[in-house]
Amino acid sequence: MSADVELDCRDLPCPRPIIELAKALPGVPVGGLLAVVARDPAARYDVPAWCRMRGQEYVGEEAADDGAPRYVVKRLS
Amino acid sequence: MSRTTEVYLDSASSARLHPAARDTLLAALERGYADPRRLHGPGRDARLLLDNARAVVAECLGVRPDEVGFTSSGTEGVHRGLLGLTTATGRDGIVHGAVEHSSVLHVVQWRDSPAHASIPVDADGVVDVDALAAAARAAGVGAVALQAANQEVGTLQPVDALDLPAGVPLLVDAAAAVGHVDLPRRWDALTASAHKWGGPAGVGVLVVRRGTRWTNPFPGDDGLDQVGGFPDVPAALAAAAALQAVLCEREEVAARQFAQVERVRSAAAALPDVEVVGHPVQRLPHLVTFSVLYAGGDEIVAALAREGYGVASGSACTASTLEPSHVLAAMGALTHGNVRVSLSRDTTDEEVDGFCAALARVVGEIRAGAGL
Repeated sequence: MSADVELDCRDLPCPRPIIELAKALPGVPVGGLLAVVARDPAARYDVPAWCRMRGQEYVGEEAADDGAPRYVVKRLS
Repeated sequence: MSRTTEVYLDSASSARLHPAARDTLLAALERGYADPRRLHGPGRDARLLLDNARAVVAECLGVRPDEVGFTSSGTEGVHRGLLGLTTATGRDGIVHGAVEHSSVLHVVQWRDSPAHASIPVDADGVVDVDALAAAARAAGVGAVALQAANQEVGTLQPVDALDLPAGVPLLVDAAAAVGHVDLPRRWDALTASAHKWGGPAGVGVLVVRRGTRWTNPFPGDDGLDQVGGFPDVPAALAAAAALQAVLCEREEVAARQFAQVERVRSAAAALPDVEVVGHPVQRLPHLVTFSVLYAGGDEIVAALAREGYGVASGSACTASTLEPSHVLAAMGALTHGNVRVSLSRDTTDEEVDGFCAALARVVGEIRAGAGL
């Protein structure tokens, strides 16, 4: 699925992908989608946990074109 | 860089030797060198010390001396205990909680079986015991493993509420719990580790109740007397002395630690975007874990060390595998920025308050450094 904002954090170790998510969120319209591509295995758990802690919606995980995990978040507030 | 004055807040990894263990160890090193199977004087001395160690550990755990075996570690106790149960039942399948110690998970990976099942936990880390009991009824299940308390988040498991079918034995890994809380009563085999309660490292305990079918899964006979080969008699006796001493002071120490941990929990939860992990009440008295959003576990551990506090972390960047903690992952908790604090028996209120203040400084500095 396409997102309003796309972050490439392929080669960043956690917590950097989560930090980038937090920085990018204000640029996403409420109700819009924010996607982050991250290879770090911690992102699989930390993106949903960040959504829970920050009151955003975790939409799910997909694979990017090169197979890297891509996590999609919906801005709720 | 560590200071000599560093406050040690990692007793759950390995506790400082209890003074009672030190005295006993030094005395036993002089007397306990011989082979306890020999009939000469030094052999009989070693036998006396070993039997004494077993008797004391048995009394402390509420079991019979001939039900107690000493292994070389808690991990070896789990390996021999679990594989010995499945070998005896002839069914390789192991049903276990998702947050068990890696020694349990390694057994499951090592002895492949389609009947293995990992049972999920709730957000506090409590294993669903009804699901565990249901899974234990499946064909091919030879044993169940459930910890007494979780080693990373301190949550106590409702072991005595577990209603297992007849013929499926339960191994309780009590390594995190022994010396800190009352132990579960309904189990067939139990394991523990002396260096977690203030005994020396290199002494594990495997208890197998009489009437439980258990077969040594590794070369050797089926007795528990010298289960892993020639025993370290002085260390076993020192471990027993430490356990006895720890249980004598437990009520007072545990009450103090429970309140101290409550202060750490409150201080951590009061920081922005810090989540305290684990059950708030049904927990070990001395251990607390929390995760700090936007901070690396290695960064926090290093920064706290510079402030003079030694703590552990379950974050991937601090693990040899570079995988995040399976415990935090199973709970749906944040895996980065994780800190585990475990108090020693003599940790003071001043040290706890000093740690809380240092934590607030460190978290603020790391967040500012990340541009947040």
